[in-house]
Amino acid sequence: MTALLSAQSVSKSYGARAGCMDVCFDLWPGEVLAIVGESGSGKTTLLRCLSGHLPASSGKVHYSMRDGRHVALDEMSEAERRLLMRTDWGFVHQDARDGLRMGVSAGANVGERMMAVGERHYGHIRATATDWLERVEIPEDRIDDSPWSYSGGMRQRLQIARNLVTSPRLVFMDEPTGGLDVSVQARLLDLIRGLVKRLDLAAIVVTHDLAVARLLSSRMMVMQQGRVIEQGLTDQILEDPQAPYTQLLVSSVLQV
Amino acid sequence: MSAVLKIENLSKSFVLHQQAGVRIPVFDCLNAEVEAGEAVAVTGPSGRGKSSLLKLVYGTYRANAGAINVLSNVGWTDVVTAAPRDVIELRRDVIGYVTQFLRVIPRVPAEMVVAEPMMDRGIVQEQALERARTLLERLNIPERLWHLSPMTFSGGEQQRVNIARGFAAHFPILLLDEPTASLDTDNRNRVLELVAEARGQGSAILAVFHDEAERRIACSRSIGLD
Ligand SMILES: Nc1ncnc2c1ncn2[C@@H]1O[C@H](COP(=O)(O)OP(=O)(O)O)[C@@H](O)[C@H]1O
Ligand SMILES: Nc1ncnc2c1ncn2[C@@H]1O[C@H](COP(=O)(O)OP(=O)(O)O)[C@@H](O)[C@H]1O
Ligand SMILES: [Mg+2]
Ligand SMILES: [Mg+2]
Repeated sequence: MTALLSAQSVSKSYGARAGCMDVCFDLWPGEVLAIVGESGSGKTTLLRCLSGHLPASSGKVHYSMRDGRHVALDEMSEAERRLLMRTDWGFVHQDARDGLRMGVSAGANVGERMMAVGERHYGHIRATATDWLERVEIPEDRIDDSPWSYSGGMRQRLQIARNLVTSPRLVFMDEPTGGLDVSVQARLLDLIRGLVKRLDLAAIVVTHDLAVARLLSSRMMVMQQGRVIEQGLTDQILEDPQAPYTQLLVSSVLQV
Repeated sequence: MSAVLKIENLSKSFVLHQQAGVRIPVFDCLNAEVEAGEAVAVTGPSGRGKSSLLKLVYGTYRANAGAINVLSNVGWTDVVTAAPRDVIELRRDVIGYVTQFLRVIPRVPAEMVVAEPMMDRGIVQEQALERARTLLERLNIPERLWHLSPMTFSGGEQQRVNIARGFAAHFPILLLDEPTASLDTDNRNRVLELVAEARGQGSAILAVFHDEAERRIACSRSIGLD
């Protein structure tokens, strides 16, 4: 077995300011990796470099394609990269408005991703979209409504349905529960946890919330000022943190 | 029988960076072996490192030095130096860990909490649920609670759900940290039965029992940390 995604010394600077520095890790199929750290530590920058949304200043990200090839993101053709983003990868944004097309209905948001991979049969698209909306607990009678009419939690669930409908192998999530009420968060987390497990998805989840990391991930990376200062199993990081900063982070929350 | 767990020259201390970098030594150069079908008690006064030892074997705590070699069908793996995904695999197939505390996950019903470790190994849901229900019944969890989330259960009920989960799948190595604490006599006996059954099926058990009598029933020898 080979790693699904492999990061080698990934760095990104914004002029003189460091975004992320020298990040190395392998992600294996089915693994959920949480990236934690305080605001400004470089989590989003790293996630965007890993997912090809942002070119790294240096370093390499390799991805293992469905046909078994290992391809560096920056050496892929634009067509190949687009296909990857539309099929094999999902990206759940913190702000659902960045991940949804707000001008079309919920059903069309899901159907659109299917059409992007060549699905043409309207009946099938409609049926699959309805099925996915049900799986993310959106009532069938809301399928033709615009995401504008949805609550924050529903929008996030719709974003997840839109991403998962093409059966990706890897999903990137940037603060998927950020900005939601606690009760809404719990439901969303439970849903994500269940789907990731059932579909055997690999995921990279950026969060500043250690409880989210505890619930969703099996592995964790802790970032501070652009660098990964500690990584390991999620329970190791939370119960036996080694770095002073990680100890501070863990001791600052009540109980995770 | 031969050893399936070999702890060699294991050292552990904690450094509390938030508290002036104070260092808490737990143990130094600990050696121990556990054979298949054998239950070994870890003894010592409170705060002596019993729970820490189990967490080191499970990979939750990181050792300062030494090795924790675990035998599985891929051969020996040293938990101390193993890659995270290898530890995750060992936890799915080889090393079980049972405490008195259930980590409640919102909205997951009790029977699914118990069935999950079996389903993680690819056992089909119906079969996993069947065994889960048998265990919940043995541990006196009323049937009307099986499909509810343990979120609202009493402490004792949560503890028993956790024990059912811990014994749901067969583990060649089983770590038990005071599994009977705060249970009534009947439920304690049920837990001791489960321990004996696991032993009978060849599990190598490393266990902490607060109660001396229970320890004598469950275990054949002990490792003293005092
Ligand atoms: N587009 C940008 N231009 C300049 N600096 C940026 C940009 N995006 C992020 N940064 C800086 O890079 C660092 C890391 O930011 P970010 O990756 O957003 O962190 P996080 O997601 O952990 O909050 C911060 O110092 C931030 O100000
Ligand atoms: N995660 C931890 N961080 C810091 N110190 C710890 C941690 N876990 C245990 N200790 C310390 O290690 C020592 C042994 O604890 P423990 O293994 O829980 O003992 P026992 O189970 O024998 O009561 C105690 O001094 C305890 O405070
Ligand atoms: Mg961010
Ligand atoms: Mg203890």
